[in-house]
Formats: sequence, C-alpha cells, structure tokens
Amino acid sequence: MRDITLGQYVAGNSVIHKLDPRTKIAMMILYIVMTFLVKKIWFMAIPFAYLVLELILSGISLRYIVNSLKPIRFLLIFMFLLNLFFTSGEHVWLDLGFWKLTGEAVMQSCFLSVRIILLVAGASMLTLTTSPIALTDGIERLFMPLKVFHFPAHELAMMMTIALRFVPTLMDESEKIRNAQMSRGADFESGNIFKRVKSMIPILIPLFVSSFRKADELATAMESRCYHGGDGRTRLHQLRFQKTDLFAILITLLFVAVLIVTLVLFS
Amino acid sequence: MIQFDHVTFQYEKAETPALTDVSLVIEQGEFVTIVGHNGSGKSTLAKHINGLLLPTEGVVTVCGMRTDHEEDTLAIRQKVGMAFQNPDNQLVTTVVEEDVAFGPENLGIAPNEIRVRVDEALAAVGMSDYATFAVHHLSGGQKQRIAIAGILALKPEILVLDEASAMLDPSGRAELLETVSKLHDEGMTVVMVTQYMEETVGCDRVVVMNGGRIVLTGTPTEVFQQPELLAESNLVPPETVRIRDTLRTIGFTLSDRVLTAEQLAEELCPS
Amino acid sequence: MSIVIDHLTFAYTEGGKKLEPTLKDLTFTIEEGSFLGIIGHTGSGKSTFVKHLNGLIPCEKGTVTVDGHDLSDKAERRIVRSLVGMVFQYPEYQLFAESVFEDVAFGPRNMKLDADEVKKRVEHAMELVGLEPERFSARSPFELSGGERRRAAIAGVLAMQPKYLVLDEPMAGLDPLGRKEILTLLEKLRTESGCTVIMISHSMDDIANHATKVLVLEQGSVFAYDTPRAVFLRAEELQRIGLSVPSVTKICIALQKKGVQIPASICTEQALIDWFKEGNFHA
Repeated sequence: MRDITLGQYVAGNSVIHKLDPRTKIAMMILYIVMTFLVKKIWFMAIPFAYLVLELILSGISLRYIVNSLKPIRFLLIFMFLLNLFFTSGEHVWLDLGFWKLTGEAVMQSCFLSVRIILLVAGASMLTLTTSPIALTDGIERLFMPLKVFHFPAHELAMMMTIALRFVPTLMDESEKIRNAQMSRGADFESGNIFKRVKSMIPILIPLFVSSFRKADELATAMESRCYHGGDGRTRLHQLRFQKTDLFAILITLLFVAVLIVTLVLFS
Repeated sequence: MIQFDHVTFQYEKAETPALTDVSLVIEQGEFVTIVGHNGSGKSTLAKHINGLLLPTEGVVTVCGMRTDHEEDTLAIRQKVGMAFQNPDNQLVTTVVEEDVAFGPENLGIAPNEIRVRVDEALAAVGMSDYATFAVHHLSGGQKQRIAIAGILALKPEILVLDEASAMLDPSGRAELLETVSKLHDEGMTVVMVTQYMEETVGCDRVVVMNGGRIVLTGTPTEVFQQPELLAESNLVPPETVRIRDTLRTIGFTLSDRVLTAEQLAEELCPS
Repeated sequence: MSIVIDHLTFAYTEGGKKLEPTLKDLTFTIEEGSFLGIIGHTGSGKSTFVKHLNGLIPCEKGTVTVDGHDLSDKAERRIVRSLVGMVFQYPEYQLFAESVFEDVAFGPRNMKLDADEVKKRVEHAMELVGLEPERFSARSPFELSGGERRRAAIAGVLAMQPKYLVLDEPMAGLDPLGRKEILTLLEKLRTESGCTVIMISHSMDDIANHATKVLVLEQGSVFAYDTPRAVFLRAEELQRIGLSVPSVTKICIALQKKGVQIPASICTEQALIDWFKEGNFHA
C-alpha cells in the first residue's frame, strides 16, 4: 500500500534503464509521432517492432505491460464498439437493417485499438524503466530551454518531486483517519453510490486540512533551507549524455525514417 | 551572535502580541533551551532568528546582520539552520541524499562540492548507510536526523530546533538529543525550543517564556530552583527535581546541583 | 465482563507475502475497571494490538472476545465498536465537521440514537473534557487551540459512552498542563463511570502513577503483564530491551548501587516519599 507511486518503476540494470531520462523522453516522443504518422493498421508493425526491441533490451517482463493495459480495458472495448457501430463503409459483411457491419468499420476499430494499446504500452515502457526521480530530473532539464518562453520547467519538476515524496505520507494519513472514523461507527462499505460518496466526507475533509498544513510547514522548511526558486540552483546528480544515448536516438530516428519511407512508397 | 533588542511581534489579525519586548543575547558556542507551554511564544521567538518572521517593533541581529534587511535574508538562512516539529513535513525529496543536497543546491554550489557536503553531513548524524534509502521508510528519529543533516550541509553556525523532539518516541528523542549535543561539542551554537523540562538538563542556559515574555533565564540549576515561577508558566520541573525538593522539606540536605537520579544518590550517600 | 485475548497471532501481508508476525501468541485478560498501560518501543506491536480490540484488524489466528462478543464475527464487530472507544495518536487530525457539536455527534449518530439522546450525550461528553457546550458547541473545531482540539476529538469518542476506552499516546505533543488535563480526565472516567482505560504511552512516570496493570510488548510477544510494581521491579530487564523506567525507579536503582536497602518495587513519587518518611533510609 505504501509503495504505490506514480507509474510503476521496476528497478533494473539494462541498457534501457541506464539511458539518460532525457533520451528516454525524446525516444517516447518520437515513438508517439510514429504511431500517429501511421494511418493503416499494417504499418503499425514498425512502431510495434520498435516497442518489442525496447522491451527485449530492457529485460522487463511482458506481464508488466499487460498489467499497464488492464486499467484501460473498458475504454478499449468501448472505443472498439463505438467505431464498429459508427464507421460507415462499402464492404458490407452483415446487414441487420438498422445497422450494417462493414469491413471498414472492423478495420478502423482494430486500427484505433492497436494505436491506443501501443501508446499506453510505450508510455509504460518509459515509467517502468525510469525512476520517478530520474523522470522528474529529465523533464526539468529537457524543458529548461523553454524558459525563454516562460515555461515553468523548474516549478513543474519541483511540484512532481514533492508530489512523489508525499504520496506515501498521505496514504498513511488517510488510512489513519479511516481507522479513526470507522472506530466511531462510520460505514464505508454499504449503501448506494451517493451514500458511499457522502460517507467519504469525514475522511476527505481531514485529509485536505492536513495537506494544507503539510504544504504550509513544508514551504516554511524549504524557505529556511534557502530555497528561492530555480534561479542559480545546481544539482547533486548531473545528467550526462553517454555514447549509448546517442546510439539510442540514432536507432529511434532510423525507425522513424524507415516508417516514413515505407509510408511514402506504399501510399 | 544572536541579539534580540526589545522585540515585539504581533500576528496579523491577532488581538494580543505573540512576543512583547523580548531582549536576549545568545553567544557563540552557547547551548540555549527555550521552554514554555503551548502558545507561550517560544516558537515565534525561534522563527525570528532566521527571518521567517520579522519583528513588528525592535530589531533582531544575527551574525551582525539585521533580519529585516531583505538582501541579507539568504545569508542569514545559510548561517542559521532550522529544524521543525513534524519530521514528515520538512523533507522535500523521496531519497535521503537528494534531500540532504536540497539546501546546497539552492545555494548554487558545484555538484562535486555538494557530494562532499552531503557525505559529511550524513556522517555527522550517523546516517551514512541510509544515503540511498527512501525517506518514508525511516523512523521518526531517523527522519529528524536527516533533517539536521540537510541543515548541516548548508554549513550553518547556529542550529535552531523548533520543538524538533515533540513528535518523537523516547528512543527517537534520545537519538536527536545525542546528535545535537555532539554538534554542540564540536562548536555549534544551539538554540532548542522544547516543552520537556527534562531536555534542558544538559544545556548552558534556559530561557523560560510565558505570555510572549521572557520570565526567567539562568542555568538549569538556577531555573529549577524557582518551582513557583515555573508553575505560573504552566511548566513542571523534572520528576527527579520535584522529589529532591520534597525530600528537602522532610529534612534531607540536598544541594541545588542535584538534577539526576545519580546525583541524588551521591548526595544522600556521599562516598 | 472483560476483554479476553486468546492465542492472538497476526502478520501483515505485503505484496502477497506474509511478513514476520507482528503479534505472537498473545493470551491474557483485561479486567473490567482496570487501567491498563501498554509499553514497548516503536515496532513492538502495540498499535497493531489495540487495532484488534475493536476489530479494525480482524483476528486471523486466535480470538479476541469483548464482553462475550467474539470479534471474528462481522455482525458482532459492529456491537463491539460501540463498546470499545478508540482514541488514536493525534486524534485532532480526524476532526471534520463544521462545528464541535456536529463532530462530537458523529459517533452517537452512527449508533442510530435519537436526536435527544445524541444531544444529551454530546453535551455530557463535552463537559467531561472541559469544553463547556454553551461556549464551544457552535464553534468550528479548526479554530480551537491545540489542546482544545485534542479534547474535542476525545469527546467525539466519549460521546459513544464506551465501556472500554483505548488511547494510543493521548498526551503526545501536549504541554505539561495539557498532559495533566488528559490524565485527570482518564482517572475521572475510571472512578466515576467505571470505564476501563487501556492506554499506550511512552511516559513511564505516567504509567507508574496511574496504571493498575502494565503490559510490556517486545517484538510482538508479551514480555510482562502484571502490576506496575512487579513490572518495574524488572528494571534491568526492561532497560536491556531498550525501554526506560520511571524516574522513581531510577532513583531506587541509584540508591541500591550505593548500598541502600530500598525495595526496587517502589515506582511512584508518593511511595518513595512515604518510604523516606517512615525512616527507612540509612546511608
């Protein structure tokens, strides 16, 4: 319970794990671009191959990827059915009068489902192989140049750091409050949805109050430790690009190039 | 080193001042404890030392700098390290060493120098083995030691503890006190705010606060000699001192120096 | 009637795996009307144990029976929740309602009592903890002082009129006056309404002065379960497992080392002074 953090980092020592977080973020962005360039299901083979390669190199068990897809299974089914019903086409496979099942609809449904699966799986690869802290660091430094456009890269990263730090603390806290209210006869398990939502109030209010207090105390503590925003700040851990980072980016770009060439040739 | 000159402070919207005409001088290398009941103004006093609060009237000077001169704020906060009550609410990052590095990072110190400072600070509080641990897996006492390491990494000259032991269990409290007295022995000026009279026993000077004023100051021995004044401030001397006083009333001769069980036994049965 | 703990063993589960048991084969009876002090250092299983007393943690192995109600039965657990009141550490963090009255009324209302009875109980509980209903009922719990908030939270438990009151370090973080107020309240509850008090505390002095029975937990097992005098007689053993002893016991030990014939079972200030007064002291 206490170790739930954002994403599900699986510690490891693979080539992928050791890549600079900025590299991995860039790789993911390029990968997303690939899945969006593709308009026909068959061409999804290329980003799929890329994902498989990454998965093998990272040594992450397929089970984790499957798990990451579980929360979106209903969304997937919903999307699939929606497209099945509302995509029109010429190749009618089944005619029920009020609705025609067309070949195009099936293709479209499969295509969109595959795209979503590949997107989520790709994003999971990033969080599975990158610790939340490294990810935060990566985001901060990758977006640093955008400061010219007043993009709050440092503030964003600091917010993520603090959120990560306080997730376990707040989990503990809510468990304590829950126990206390249950001891006073609160019932969180029975009744309809409205009753249940209402029964959460005695947990949520104290939790909010305590979060505000925590925020206040933390701000004081940070100020006392000379925090004055991101200007002139240095970091204990420096991020450094290695040869492998360059290599990883080149391979990714190669995949993008192959995809573009294929798309041009076959359309 | 720290000088309060007729300081009065009133919180916004408050009807009465939290501090009234407080004057206090703390010398370099001193170990001062500030005691008082909840709401006596002791924490408000502590928060004036590093400019978290600024006096409504009067002046606070730290290492020759006035806390109300904004351009000196950062320099003062680097000289005055401050630890707070709730061990959970003062650690900023998930990993121990990153948290200790937070202060020096803010000062823009070079990464290799930060590394050295972090390692030294963790060693000073005896937490070197925990450098890569997740903060939320530590005990309360350990978290407070990390908080102190985070302060030490700023190389301060003064350490202020604002009820830092209040939420700890006895072993956590002992851990903390041991760490603090070791730092004091190495030359650190320490200001410790507490409501536990027992914790004042080893310090150089006790400042008793009540209703926003300093009502008594002196060595622990001197302060414990004033049970009536302490009672007025809603404080009680440590149990051993109370027993000493009762024994006196039934005819035993015991000096004011008696603060611990061993000293009591020693005076009752001189060897 | 009493709370009977019979061969209670419990282990937490993490990531699908059972951890080393937190409680190991606890067997003893908490008699009605007693003041039980529970001591042990952090991680000894104290908090886990008290969570068994009202079924917040269901019994896995062994049983807990409160006045004949077996806590392994889900229906019985609801009855027990109103018999056993729980005050957790820093209980003021559980306050949530817009007024002190509403907050204190939360428990009684969950017991499905009628409005008159709720009002009666709330006001009685507030008076007990020293928050006069006329002054405090309508106030927001969030604008009270620290000590008042703590007492309001305790009133929220007392309003359920529990027969057994369990408190996990109720004095933590309070100043000497606040601590004294809580201890006085507990004594009053015990003597006036016959409430059984079960208190976890790190303050050996408080335990020595108030408890009629002391339970020492060490790594999940019962290290000692006896009167304070008998428990603190084993001062050396307690210190060996990293627990402290009352200030008075420390004085007795220091005197014994000097060759004074003083019984180590003396653990309260009063007993020590009496011993001196009776002229037992010979240097």
